[in-house]
Amino acid sequence: MPPLLELRHVTKTFSRGLINRQRTVAVEDFSFAVNTDPASITAVVGESGSGKTTLARLLLGVITPTAGAVLYKGRDLRTLTPEERHTFRREVQVIFQDPFDVYNPFYKIDHVLEVPIEKFGLAHSQKEKRALAEQALQTVGLRPEETLGRYPHQFSGGQRQRIMVARALLLKPKLIIADEPASMIDASSRATVLANLRQLNQDFGISFIYITHDLTTAYQISQNIVVLYAGSVTEVGDVEMVVNQPRHPYTQLLIGSIPLPDPTRHWNPDGQTVQTTAAQPWHGGCKFADRCPHVMPKCQSTPPPLYRTDPRRFTTCYLHEAAPVASDADALAVFAASTPTV
Amino acid sequence: MTAATNHNSTAAVLQVRDLRVYYHTTRGSVKAVDGISFSLNPGERLGLVGESGSGKSTIALTLMRLLKPPARIEGGEILLDAKNLATLPDDQVRLLRLASIALIAQGAMNSLNPVIRVQDQLMDGFADHAVQLSKAERTARVRELLERVGLKPEVAWMYPHELSGGMKQRVVIAIAISLRPKVIVADEPTSALDVVVQMQVMETLRKAQQEIGAAVILIGHDMGLMAQFVDRLGVMYAGKLMEISPVGEIFANPLHPYSALLIASLPSLTSKSQLQGIPGLPPSLLNRQGGCPFYARCPKAMEVCQTEEPPLREIHPQRWVACHLY
Repeated sequence: MPPLLELRHVTKTFSRGLINRQRTVAVEDFSFAVNTDPASITAVVGESGSGKTTLARLLLGVITPTAGAVLYKGRDLRTLTPEERHTFRREVQVIFQDPFDVYNPFYKIDHVLEVPIEKFGLAHSQKEKRALAEQALQTVGLRPEETLGRYPHQFSGGQRQRIMVARALLLKPKLIIADEPASMIDASSRATVLANLRQLNQDFGISFIYITHDLTTAYQISQNIVVLYAGSVTEVGDVEMVVNQPRHPYTQLLIGSIPLPDPTRHWNPDGQTVQTTAAQPWHGGCKFADRCPHVMPKCQSTPPPLYRTDPRRFTTCYLHEAAPVASDADALAVFAASTPTV
Repeated sequence: MTAATNHNSTAAVLQVRDLRVYYHTTRGSVKAVDGISFSLNPGERLGLVGESGSGKSTIALTLMRLLKPPARIEGGEILLDAKNLATLPDDQVRLLRLASIALIAQGAMNSLNPVIRVQDQLMDGFADHAVQLSKAERTARVRELLERVGLKPEVAWMYPHELSGGMKQRVVIAIAISLRPKVIVADEPTSALDVVVQMQVMETLRKAQQEIGAAVILIGHDMGLMAQFVDRLGVMYAGKLMEISPVGEIFANPLHPYSALLIASLPSLTSKSQLQGIPGLPPSLLNRQGGCPFYARCPKAMEVCQTEEPPLREIHPQRWVACHLY
């Protein structure tokens, strides 16, 4: 059976300007598959401008790729019939970053939950509708009697985000794409939202693509991880391997820069030596070459292929060119196998 | 607890005593800062950590005297250089700003003027504080300031749009240290930056601060950043300080149940664990009545917590906590 959702050599560029058209490559030659059997959580980690939100929009079919294809159960998203598209919309749901921005302040929370119920014909009576909404709210740990009938401004960021999760849940999706679901809420509620996602994955078999800039939460909830830098993959694979023994210099820099909540372990001062500069024109080689402490001449000219350094880990870096170059099938296979979570 | 200071030194560069700042709304007063006391030693890095709505940014604005109505200082003292900033007339506060106490605001990199070159923005403070410099001295000062924050001299002639976010934030730090203030208030200085750049900017701030001997108050929500940067940490909740202690001790042995739960809720990068949030919500700051503000969410709450507000007391040397457990 083909994977639920697959990106095959997808490139997305944005153009701007009329006379001197400038092209920005948001995602470049990216391949990726989401297998929903068994359900998995895949984290996509990158800094601002790494193309992670573009990736989410591609997966949702909101934008179409410049090159390559997005496949839903093996079919190109662009060629789906209206009925298939309806199923796709039901099976693939999204949770957005800003829990303060997604609600219409004039509607009660009930409305947010009722719209998908009506649109997808999930209930046959008012009573059934209400029961569905209550059940979804309970699943994310909210008390329906305290939630329904109220307006968005009466909830905290964490509660609003959990209502968004409840809304996505109503449709019993196979996959939820969560774009920074926990970055705008306070630490004390962030853990609750993440615990919710983890529980839904385990209890209901819902897969997640967890898109974030925060490597720590990504590590906590995912089995597989994709690290992006400027629209290209730097490292892909088993989250324990990538986080505990990063192979790509960028992943190493990223992990070394995380402010650990532990005063006895100082962050990596080596990172200080890496110069940050305003965006340079890209020279066609490895995108990280300008900042890389291990840069070699060939990094400047030809982008490195994906090397399979371990059975379940790949990296695009010439430092590992002794490892075999990964085939397309290899790279997709890594997402199929799933390691057990805690 | 009017006279509470958080350590015994009399040489503190800044002392805040029982500070109260309320926002007066039509529905009543929001007690954003409600009886905060702390002191700051010369050259010390103090962190104030809190979730949204805990009053931490209001403190930053109050220390700079940049509050706007409906916010008003209701009481307390802010002693800087033997002057009480809380009551000082505006024209005198203006002389102290930047010269004695400087602010690095949230998203400060967007506060640079897009049509003025970096060097002219750096020199603004000198002009405003009537520092007379010759052309050669100006060039030398700009070069020195840029060097201190790790920027090349060419940056002086650039416009903000030519700089990356991290570089802009370094320029803002250069402006903040230009008159060698005794206190730098940094309100979420890196919240808009990526982690790699965040580390570089924070290390730049640390180096600059140490070189000029300024004390820093770092205000933020990121416990990780606090652990990496500050010497002493104050944990805020609902407009009050719950605990203020040396940072190593707070992480090793948090005294207040809120600090303990907050630290326990932080995800780790070394082992997968149960993700445990703090159930419940912070109380409304509108017309709040007595008792401990954390009472409703506290796993160790006692009867007395509901009615009596615990004062901030020093229960071990250097360790201040506002909790009836001690």
